[in-house]
Amino acid sequence: MLGATSSVLAVDAAPNPWFSSSYVSDNWSTIVHLTGEHVRLTVLAVVLGAVIALPLALLARRSRYLAGPVLALSTLVYTIPSLAMFAFVAPFTGLSTTTVLVGLVLYSLVILVRNFLAGLQSVPEDVREAARGLGYGPARLFWQVELPLALPSFMAGLRIATVSTVALVTVGVIVGHGGLGQLITGGFNANFYRAEIVTGAVGCVLLALVADLVLAGVERSLTPWTRGRA
Amino acid sequence: MDAGAGVSALGDAVVYLNDPFNWSRPGGIADLLGQHLEISGLAVAAAVVVAVPLGVLLGHTGRGGGFVIGLANVSRAVPTLALLTVFAVTPIGFGQTATTIALALFALPPVLTNTYVGFRGVDRDLVEASRAMGMNARQVVVKAELPAAAPLLMTGIRTAAVQVVATATLAALVAGGGLGELINLGFGQQDYGVVVAGAILVAALAVLTELVLAVLAWALTPGEKRLPWRRVRPARLEPVDLVAARVTDA
Repeated sequence: MLGATSSVLAVDAAPNPWFSSSYVSDNWSTIVHLTGEHVRLTVLAVVLGAVIALPLALLARRSRYLAGPVLALSTLVYTIPSLAMFAFVAPFTGLSTTTVLVGLVLYSLVILVRNFLAGLQSVPEDVREAARGLGYGPARLFWQVELPLALPSFMAGLRIATVSTVALVTVGVIVGHGGLGQLITGGFNANFYRAEIVTGAVGCVLLALVADLVLAGVERSLTPWTRGRA
Repeated sequence: MDAGAGVSALGDAVVYLNDPFNWSRPGGIADLLGQHLEISGLAVAAAVVVAVPLGVLLGHTGRGGGFVIGLANVSRAVPTLALLTVFAVTPIGFGQTATTIALALFALPPVLTNTYVGFRGVDRDLVEASRAMGMNARQVVVKAELPAAAPLLMTGIRTAAVQVVATATLAALVAGGGLGELINLGFGQQDYGVVVAGAILVAALAVLTELVLAVLAWALTPGEKRLPWRRVRPARLEPVDLVAARVTDA
């Protein structure tokens, strides 16, 4: 490190390890608190996104005139950088978790609408026709026929939305509610303290992987008929 | 905070953007925009130089599919902010160099994935026919496979470029420069006018990048011409691509 310079600054002389178990144990309560915020924001964003996305997808399926604008709008939202999104929301909701949540819901909504719609469109028309012929009403048709068939696409959407949201929460540091992202910028601002930065970064990745594994498990248990197929 | 504050912030933003001095002064919008484009351009160029040959090689030979898809999936779980920060605390130090390296790394997976899938998906009959016509290995890649894979290749570069332009905004959080500085500065000064002005500029730049590159790809791609947002059958939505998808700068 800075081998060419003869005089060594105090900052360089101080140990700055990439990982420190004493940092983790000393700041355990902070880390747990921030992880809690991270998980809370992610779960809320994906659940709210799904609740809004499902009726939108059902509506968009009814006509191609609705599907077009949904695609266009979702592409537009998808293109807007997250920092700009939070900046647009902040004047209305201030430096609060609400600002972060609104932005996160918008992104998860966009991913979910597309995958929900693709899932619904993948249900063969013959199958729907047969179910109607058997006397299935619209609600029963959805719950017992369409939902199981569209489930792989739905779950794929939920997994992508969740993993993306876990990563996106970190940008919430701009309003002071970035979950584990607080550690990343916190360490950067605390004289580039690496142990804090790495703890935050590794925490985010672990959280995303765990969430993905959990959802994969849920998908597996919900779709027993796909098992055994290579 | 209420709706009134939001509307007045929008008004302040318009006033801010209309002042020529805010554009031309040193460290103003023009300077930040130039910096933003320079960082983004360098990062995308570096990613293309590394990922395209690798993608062509893997796709042409049909090897390493698991590696490519694994890389794309894992990269989605790594927050951009984390990588931007990690490079800033290495001996590289914070600033434009660290930002460019981090952004180039994030541009790799979409370019690599799309190049790989593009070359992997070339009709085997087409390759056989080219060989039968006496083309050597290099000619098969350049004259037969490249034109067939070009649409996906361009999609990869476009995805990467939009992602990089969007992510370059986050560099401001770790003193890496670019238009995000405006948003960061606005939050620091509790001046929502500047915040929204920055947001408008950043969002416009991202959307513009998407449009310009889509038109460019449309003009450069041989064969059937259609813009990506004009689907032949608009009734059918594509699901978000399992492999290539990530929120622009997650």
